[in-house]
Amino acid sequence: MINLSDYVTAIKGINCTSALSLEGVKITGAYVCDMLSDVMGSAKPGQVWITIMKHLNIIAVASMTGIPAIIFAKGNEPDTAVIEKAIEEGIILISSKLPTFELAGKLYKLLNP
Amino acid sequence: MQDFVAAKFEMAEYWHINSGLEERVKEFLAKKIEPDVVLQIDIPEKDFNIAGRGSSELKNLLKRLGVDSDILRRIAVASYEAEINVAAHSIGGKMISNVYDDLIYMQFIDNGPGISDIEQAMIPGYSTADDLVREFGFGAGLGLPNIKKNSDALHIESALGSPTLVEIIIFFLK
Repeated sequence: MINLSDYVTAIKGINCTSALSLEGVKITGAYVCDMLSDVMGSAKPGQVWITIMKHLNIIAVASMTGIPAIIFAKGNEPDTAVIEKAIEEGIILISSKLPTFELAGKLYKLLNP
Repeated sequence: MQDFVAAKFEMAEYWHINSGLEERVKEFLAKKIEPDVVLQIDIPEKDFNIAGRGSSELKNLLKRLGVDSDILRRIAVASYEAEINVAAHSIGGKMISNVYDDLIYMQFIDNGPGISDIEQAMIPGYSTADDLVREFGFGAGLGLPNIKKNSDALHIESALGSPTLVEIIIFFLK
């Protein structure tokens, strides 16, 4: 388990939900997928979700599945409606310029030094 | 000939009950007790911003009632998948959540057009979702399998040209 803030630093991520603090949020790993049902079927609570999907339904999926933070790859940024819903549900949204492969790789390395 | 027509419109049924819970489920359905709380919400066709509201409302209610977080997660995933199914595959319908002190009994009733082959719809990866649904990241063919995986009991009744009924029971205690 590592601090979400350490991971966000490693991927040069930007917190799109600045109303939500990264302080004290621990993560156990990640699930990498762009199919919502697969995320709901296989992601574990405490894992971040790395994706390029950025429409409103991802917030519901994260909330139902117990995902604390969504990491957007390749500089994707959600719009205001999605950010507002995320803050309401307490889901942290992070945008990084890195591609999915590197986002997953960097987290794997942090978890398995 | 008449028999053939009758058979064509006969509703197909699917049951899945977690092993060991058959008696408990049968007893609950036979008793027909009044629920403590009933939540009802309409699910419009293809509106993926509205679909999910029923599950979200239900999740918040059960959280306040102190339902265990693992159980809550199973209920949330099953109900969200079922709600999305109604929005994605039917011309609209409704979600009725019956809350009891020891279980949740959810009913999803749509206005058709029905499932032609329920057994096929249960196969992981099989999907009839259109391009719009897939654009939203749904349509992986995992909706019904996810519901089955997270439910203690799942009952589906449907036929082509008919409404579909999906019923889910999840107990609050294992």
